[in-house]
Amino acid sequence: MANLVYLVPLFPLIGFLINGLFWKRMPKALGGIIGTVAILASFIVSLGIFFEVKSEAFHGPVIVTLFDFINSGTLQVPFAFQVDALSSLFLLIITGVGFLIHVYSTSYMSHDEGMVKYFAYLNLFVFSMLLLVLGANYLIMFIGWEGVGLCSYLLIGFWFKNREFTNAAKKAFVMNRIGDLGFLVGMLLVLFNFGTLSYMDFFGKINDASTVVPSSIYNWIALCFFIGATGKSAQLPLYTWLPDAMAGPTPVSALIHAATMVTAGIYMIARSGALYNLTPEVLHVIGIVGLATATLAATIAIFQYDIKKVLAYSTVSQLGFMFLALGVGAYTTAVFHVMTHAFFKALLFLGSGSVIHAMGGEQDIRKMGGLGKHMRVTQATFLIGCLAISGIPGLSGFFSKDEILASVFGHSTIMYALGIVAAMMTAFYMFRLYFLTFNGSFRGTEEQKSHLHESPAAVTIPLIVLAILSIVGGYVGLPAVMSEHNVLASYLSPVITNLGEHHLDHSTEWMLMGLSVAAAVIMIIFAWSLNRKPNFAENKGLAKVLENKWYVDEIYDALIVKPIDALSGVLDKFVDRRGIDGIVNGVGKTVRWGGDRLRLLQTGQVGFYIFIMVLGIVVLFTISFFWVK
Amino acid sequence: MILILLILIPLLTGVLSFSIKGEGAKMLALISSVVTMIVSAYVSGANSPEPITYSHEWIPMLGTQFSLLADGMSSMLCLLTGIVTMVVMITNFNKEVENPGSFHGFLLLAQAGLMGVFLASDALLFYFFWELALIPVYFLCSRWGGEKRIPVTFKFFVYTFVGSLMLLAALIYLSLQTQGINSYAWADIVRAGSSLPPAQQQGLFWLVFIAFAIKMPIFPFHTWQPDTYEQSPTPVTIILSALMVKMGLYAVLRWLLPVLPSGVEYWSDTVILLSVIGIVYTSLIAIKQTDIKRLIAYSSIAHMGLMCAVAFTNTNIGMHGIMVQMFNHGINITGMWLIVSMIENRWGTRDMTKLGGIATAAPAMAIMLVIISLANIALPLTNGFVGEFMLFNGLFRGDSAQHIMTMVVAGLGIILGAVYTLNMIQKTAYGEVVEMKITKDLTINEYAGLAIIISLIIFLGVYPKPLLDLTSEIAGMIVH
Repeated sequence: MANLVYLVPLFPLIGFLINGLFWKRMPKALGGIIGTVAILASFIVSLGIFFEVKSEAFHGPVIVTLFDFINSGTLQVPFAFQVDALSSLFLLIITGVGFLIHVYSTSYMSHDEGMVKYFAYLNLFVFSMLLLVLGANYLIMFIGWEGVGLCSYLLIGFWFKNREFTNAAKKAFVMNRIGDLGFLVGMLLVLFNFGTLSYMDFFGKINDASTVVPSSIYNWIALCFFIGATGKSAQLPLYTWLPDAMAGPTPVSALIHAATMVTAGIYMIARSGALYNLTPEVLHVIGIVGLATATLAATIAIFQYDIKKVLAYSTVSQLGFMFLALGVGAYTTAVFHVMTHAFFKALLFLGSGSVIHAMGGEQDIRKMGGLGKHMRVTQATFLIGCLAISGIPGLSGFFSKDEILASVFGHSTIMYALGIVAAMMTAFYMFRLYFLTFNGSFRGTEEQKSHLHESPAAVTIPLIVLAILSIVGGYVGLPAVMSEHNVLASYLSPVITNLGEHHLDHSTEWMLMGLSVAAAVIMIIFAWSLNRKPNFAENKGLAKVLENKWYVDEIYDALIVKPIDALSGVLDKFVDRRGIDGIVNGVGKTVRWGGDRLRLLQTGQVGFYIFIMVLGIVVLFTISFFWVK
Repeated sequence: MILILLILIPLLTGVLSFSIKGEGAKMLALISSVVTMIVSAYVSGANSPEPITYSHEWIPMLGTQFSLLADGMSSMLCLLTGIVTMVVMITNFNKEVENPGSFHGFLLLAQAGLMGVFLASDALLFYFFWELALIPVYFLCSRWGGEKRIPVTFKFFVYTFVGSLMLLAALIYLSLQTQGINSYAWADIVRAGSSLPPAQQQGLFWLVFIAFAIKMPIFPFHTWQPDTYEQSPTPVTIILSALMVKMGLYAVLRWLLPVLPSGVEYWSDTVILLSVIGIVYTSLIAIKQTDIKRLIAYSSIAHMGLMCAVAFTNTNIGMHGIMVQMFNHGINITGMWLIVSMIENRWGTRDMTKLGGIATAAPAMAIMLVIISLANIALPLTNGFVGEFMLFNGLFRGDSAQHIMTMVVAGLGIILGAVYTLNMIQKTAYGEVVEMKITKDLTINEYAGLAIIISLIIFLGVYPKPLLDLTSEIAGMIVH
């Protein structure tokens, strides 16, 4: 089965080509079916691969080489895939959650005239993400890496008549490109120092004692890769594109935030664990950046009124948690959180889409309220999502978040404390969102009220499936106090070597667990009491700063965008046109001017010519007399 | 014998074209360009393991021979010339042009000149074709160009001609240094040049390099280019930007690097610095352009800057990357200009601030625009990426701070490239539809021309092996 791995990206590629080439004539419903079936087929193959990798008979990674990609002298980069525990797990997440999002989209996008094009892009997105996780070397990862950047660009700007949306799309692409440059430099460093881009060779050489590469190089490589990850996975300072990315259709947000794209950075660092284990300083940086992002995004999320914006900042914050886990060397834990997060974040985004549809496109939670009465399934599943992300025991988010906080506790108590604060804010803003949307009385217009309805089955079934996964998804990674056997950790153990695992004693672990649960419950109650009678008075002071996202966009604009723009203006108008071109023209003019003057020597008077001639002869004689001996 | 066909076919049909009145000239030009393309494709397939050569007596008293040679690099560039010219003829087929006989005649003559430049293995012959390619372009610009064509073309001509004269002086000097009787043969010139004392090589370097730098063009010798591209009719802009600028780079690889090795070694850091500054400088300027033609012109200077910088790094992979990128840049920029001319044809303007909604009004055109733009910013799985990745590898010769900085500064071009390219897409393709003068998506011949370009973009982006194999040997030879 592992040898058939090329089928996994092939199906979405075919789906993309069919829908992309025949989008004009393709009926909408058929386009949706083709796109969805393609992902289903990939999912089935992925399942087969997963069970094969899980079985006892599977030894080590399988490399499937398709063809030579770039061969030049000593540089040999084949187009090759690597099947192992890590990639097979990501395959399942991507195609599984991706499939549900496709099913959902067949209903959600059915009124959009661009539906076939939409499914073409969606398939291309999944294809790129699959390349990213399947590649057996960094270059193939980079292809997928930039590919998902492109697809997010196309889908964020899907409704391209709206200037704001296309601005958001552009911003996403450029921000990602900044990170990509880091990735590229990292790759070049690897290639220069190790002469290979393949994971197996690279990690082999790293662990080989005979390799003589200064340790500063390891740090540079690790840092460059991490810069790439901050772009793709929306970490400080490159996170600002992700909240704007909700300009695209809502299922796209689910795809970007849950199944594809933003998890790429986590995957990359988990994949390169062998490298990061050698660079504790860089890991430290990653941990701090992750924690800072988790906290910063959480503070912003508390004061947002757009249902999708709250979710977007919660993604940024949760990604911060994952990087925090990576930062303390707990790669498996980060991957665990990627998985549970994929379930509940896809659920939440799709649920918000159901709400937005019912509200006739309205996204402002100040105009919602009391929706629970009208859409029971959406409400119930959304509640499960909120409970999961808040870390309520028994649901998936609890296990993964608890594992992160436990590993951080073993590392640093201050970081742990800040992590708890961020987790508390998570519970608060999620339940603020939940109560404002589904509880209380309706605050929208009468017309909107008459339209409120539960969504059709194509929408609710994916919600139910994701809700079930959000509950049970955590049991693959039970904490040590509950079970001797962590299924996920043992599955990933051949690929990932975690750094310095701290084994807490059982009483400490129980205590930490109790603490985080108590904190979450208190925050939920707090959110409930605060939003029983919602008051939307204009925010002042700090709250206003937070509502405006710490003015980070404005600061970037003033510090980076505007100066560059001004500089280009100056270079264009003055330096290039007047300066450099002025000199060129000046030379031309001087020659012309000189010609004009010299022309006057041609007087036509023979006497003057003879005079000049004699003068010339005298000069020549003088020169030859004094100079040439 | 086959090589002479590459020059003779366009030369003879070009001359013949002047005598044709009316539309028949287009058909003649199309047939001629297809035949030439097929011959160049054959040459590309047949130059291995031994390069194809052709030699004939020319002006023996000057020590010059009519000798041609097609190795991997030459045949790759001939193939590019063949394909680009053919695509130009295909897409131009339904366009109204004044006096089509002479217009196509000049185009074909320029093609003949270009083929000669890429094939000549005799310095004087090379110079002859170098000028021969320039003259038709001068006439094309000054007769069929835009409003400001006369001063712009004059400047273009004088500027490049000054460079050419410097080159000629250097070549004559070099041939005087050859052993025994004077010779302009490539091997003799190389022997003569490389045995000169370093100080002389360092001086001669600039005579030769400036000629090529103007042609590419390299910052700060670039200011003729945006104006000329803007004022030229599109077929001419394509010939200029896809092929003529390659003459400059090709000449560096063939007639500068091996000929003056000590001079090159001495000045390479300077050239790399100039080129890298040029990348960022022109990318920044491109951001501010509102005329699409000027935007692409500056973008092209940035791309050429990267190739030129890498040419002086003396790395195998870098050199190989240049080969690949010369071809791909030619293909991509041809596509860009075609789209621009189609936009101008439908909307009557190239000003981005007055455009919008192509994606709604002409979706096929918009899709092509997006794909070609993505290749222009070197997105993986488009042809642009393979070359750019190899070029950056070449630029990255060590992990000292200086090398990393060079690399990062050049890399800023990647980010800025995304900025101006996506700006252009946003302003032209997205938003509300601006009223069209001619309401029509792509015509059949435009489809055909763009289909060739797009297929090459994707094919060479996914499977670059044929192009890499064609040029790997010669890349290694230039380095060592």
